[in-house]
Amino acid sequence: MSVVTLRVNGATREVDIDPSTPLLYVLRNDLGLKGPRFGCGLAQCGACTVLVDGVATRSCIVPTSSVSGEITTLEGLAPDGQLDPLQQAWIDEQVPQCGYCQNGQILTARAMLDANPNPSDAEIRAGMEGVLCRCMSYYRIQAAIKRAVRETAAASFKDAPEPGLEDGAQA
Amino acid sequence: MSNTLALPQAIEDAIRRVNPSTSRRNFLKSSGALVVTCSIGSLPGGKVLAQAVGAGPYPDPDYLQLDTWIVIHPDNTATFYVGKTDGGQGTGTAFRQMMCDELDIAYDKTNLVMGRTDITPDQGGSGGSDGVERDGWPMRRTAAEARRVLLELAAEHLNTPVAALRVSDATISVAADSTRSVTYAELIGGRRFDVALTGNNINATTGVAQVKPVQELRVIGQSIPRYDIPAKVDGSLTWAVDVQLPGMVHARNVKPPIAGATLRSIDEASVADVPGFLRIVSRGNYVAVVCEREEQAIRAARQLKVDWAPPAQAPFPASDALFDYIRGAEPTSVSVADVSGDPDAALAGASVRLEADYEVPFQGHTAIGPAHALADPSDGQLTIYSNDMKSYGLRNGVAEFLSLPRERVRVVYMDGPQVYGRTAADDVGFEAAFLARELGRPVRVQWMRDEETAWDTKGPAYTFKLRGGLDAQGKLTALDYASRAVDYNHVNYNEPDTVLIAQLFGIRRANPDPGEAKAPASQYAIPNQRMMASVVSLPLAWETPLRTGNLRDPDGPQVTFAFEGFIDELAAAAGADPVQFRLDMIAASDEDERFRRARSLATVRAAAEAFEWDARPAPNPRLRDTQGPIVPGRGIAFTHRNGTVVATIAEVEVNRDTGRVWCKRLVCAHDCGLTVNPMGLKHTVECGMLHGLSRALWEEVQFDTEKVTSVDWVTHPSLRHSDTPESIEVVLVNGDPNPGRPDLPHYGAGEASHKPMIAAVANAIYDATGVRLRRAPFRRERVLAALRANS
Repeated sequence: MSVVTLRVNGATREVDIDPSTPLLYVLRNDLGLKGPRFGCGLAQCGACTVLVDGVATRSCIVPTSSVSGEITTLEGLAPDGQLDPLQQAWIDEQVPQCGYCQNGQILTARAMLDANPNPSDAEIRAGMEGVLCRCMSYYRIQAAIKRAVRETAAASFKDAPEPGLEDGAQA
Repeated sequence: MSNTLALPQAIEDAIRRVNPSTSRRNFLKSSGALVVTCSIGSLPGGKVLAQAVGAGPYPDPDYLQLDTWIVIHPDNTATFYVGKTDGGQGTGTAFRQMMCDELDIAYDKTNLVMGRTDITPDQGGSGGSDGVERDGWPMRRTAAEARRVLLELAAEHLNTPVAALRVSDATISVAADSTRSVTYAELIGGRRFDVALTGNNINATTGVAQVKPVQELRVIGQSIPRYDIPAKVDGSLTWAVDVQLPGMVHARNVKPPIAGATLRSIDEASVADVPGFLRIVSRGNYVAVVCEREEQAIRAARQLKVDWAPPAQAPFPASDALFDYIRGAEPTSVSVADVSGDPDAALAGASVRLEADYEVPFQGHTAIGPAHALADPSDGQLTIYSNDMKSYGLRNGVAEFLSLPRERVRVVYMDGPQVYGRTAADDVGFEAAFLARELGRPVRVQWMRDEETAWDTKGPAYTFKLRGGLDAQGKLTALDYASRAVDYNHVNYNEPDTVLIAQLFGIRRANPDPGEAKAPASQYAIPNQRMMASVVSLPLAWETPLRTGNLRDPDGPQVTFAFEGFIDELAAAAGADPVQFRLDMIAASDEDERFRRARSLATVRAAAEAFEWDARPAPNPRLRDTQGPIVPGRGIAFTHRNGTVVATIAEVEVNRDTGRVWCKRLVCAHDCGLTVNPMGLKHTVECGMLHGLSRALWEEVQFDTEKVTSVDWVTHPSLRHSDTPESIEVVLVNGDPNPGRPDLPHYGAGEASHKPMIAAVANAIYDATGVRLRRAPFRRERVLAALRANS
């Protein structure tokens, strides 16, 4: 056992563990986080996904000691209580059936949209391909991702300065 | 507050599940009412209802007491207690809607407790798509009775006859003078109704009041968002898999490496170096390791050296040889043997005769989250935290398994990964209970991926032999159907002598379940027919990973694939449009239970209309002119499930170079009578279809002559994002001959749309390619081989 320091959802946490312990069990059992879940332990399904410095990462196979970046779990997507646009879209589209896999679906979509804010349908399918749902809520997941893209774009358009201003004076 | 509760507060909160978007706190703030936070079952002022429980024992809640079902709180809110569970189909929201409507209370002022054996009446939990269809009725009737009692109390309070009162959102007022009013809370908040109900069984539970006619329902029919979704999306929900208790330890199973192997010895020294190692628990062929921490238990289970004696004979044929084995086996029983008319003579006299064999392999549940449970033996009682869809059965089964009085066992149902029949054959709940008693500490068990995929219960494999005859006019005059299912020693729900741990202990019931093979539902006019269905057994009937159990409409997808596939073959042989061919046979049918004929006609027509189906025979005439590898096709399949009628049309693209089938579009017409929540219903129908699509395209249990070899998501592929149709349309049909009747029933929806999917896809592949696939699933290599064999 040894003390490992993690940055999780904006806080610094210390855990006294075998440092080879997969991150999943530390997040769940030591830090009391419920977003990431055990699905396969083989990095095949995505239920255990967390973001590490914004990269979707399968916590079931990552040794805790190897994680040095900022970890974000599903709970950390809405730090100030304001839901991530994806979470809101998930509610608006009523995505889950059982919901067990949705942690991985949402976080993988978050990482995908961070890298590509306006993906095509084909890019959504490819980007989400590795995250499994056994209730087969895929159709609604894809609809929710598209909704989040639309609503994020609409919100940023609303907040943006007048179009002419940006192009003109600032250039 | 939590002193009266035996459960940790976090678990209580998870079970309360107040709709977060309209939480009670917010409601009370905005309404200016006195804020009283009630925990489940406990009431302010120290008065405790039957639902309030401490450290046990846990007698059965009395379903013949109104207080068991409904509690009105002092803040004029209500809690409903029902004996069902929600596997993610939104039934909890639907139950709440039904009870709100009958009680006349706003949805946002209520919450619902489900499946907790100590405080909710035993409605058996979930299964068979009967939650709304059957169990919604006692919910509606008890809520209507509560409203009736409240009206009587109000009549006295307001000194006005009931007939001169009106009810709106938990407030009763004098119709002629709305300033004179009284709330439900003022009449009974925090106190007992003390009203007895009647009924020979829980399904018949009723008071004196009548339920409302459909025309007066206001909450039923609304697309109210599911209350459980926000907490599932923001990570705040506590699932059964999340529960942690002080002193809790972790266990993992070690399964026999070869089916039917016998335990010789365990080398305990092989795990002595695992940190946190506590104990090996073994009985018969059941082996588990227990450690302080979860990852330690996983490591110990992998590291433990166990010496197993292989079985004397192979437990089963390899999956490649399965269908020949089934056809050559001596049946263990005959489930169906029905003959009407003279099928042999009619076949002999037919103008066109067809014959075909269909095959469906074992298909598994393969839940996204492997089985898990936590059992707590504190206080001489046993509490099991579980996602068992039939929590009451788990309680009864565990009590019998461990020879405990039922009153000392309770099951706290919580959300979990998909159910679909698997969690009611709840091996892991029994394992956790057994281990908790052995250890004297709370024990949490979860299966590993390979264990779950290999050893979960399986939907039975089937072979079918069909013969059919058409007369000179292309009408179906004779059908000879013979099915065989590998279903001997079928594992039913939470039986203490068939759950896997019991089998591994060496427990054998004297009379194994004979199993069942099915014939298709009677849905067409076929003047001469023979329906035969037989069960066969594999060599190994006990302790086998190929034990069969109930998988979402247990035999429906298999039987409907063969039957509706063969009907499609007959339509093609007749040169008939597949929709019209079916409509003609429905119209001529005398099968009209629950007005099924009219509803079937309406449903098939609705599907065809929504799809913009143009009448023509299959295969697609464009096939001849298509140059590229992609060929399009469409297929219909139609069936019943209990009271529900469903017709599904699949549009596919088949890649002739790769064998890939993409189901591009799905249209489903679905008549389940009165719709409680259209949005929730459509979503469940949609996901039922896609689950069926996964079984059509991907799912198959593979094994050699020792063990299951499809054990993870690589070796056991499932539907993925790239397989998802680009369009899904669900048409809700009310085909009742009297669609506005005030007693229109609500039928089930959890399985119906799942049932015809394999058939619809197979029929679409035929339309696209002219090649009939009679062996599911339609994986690329199988499609490619069939295309090449026919080219």
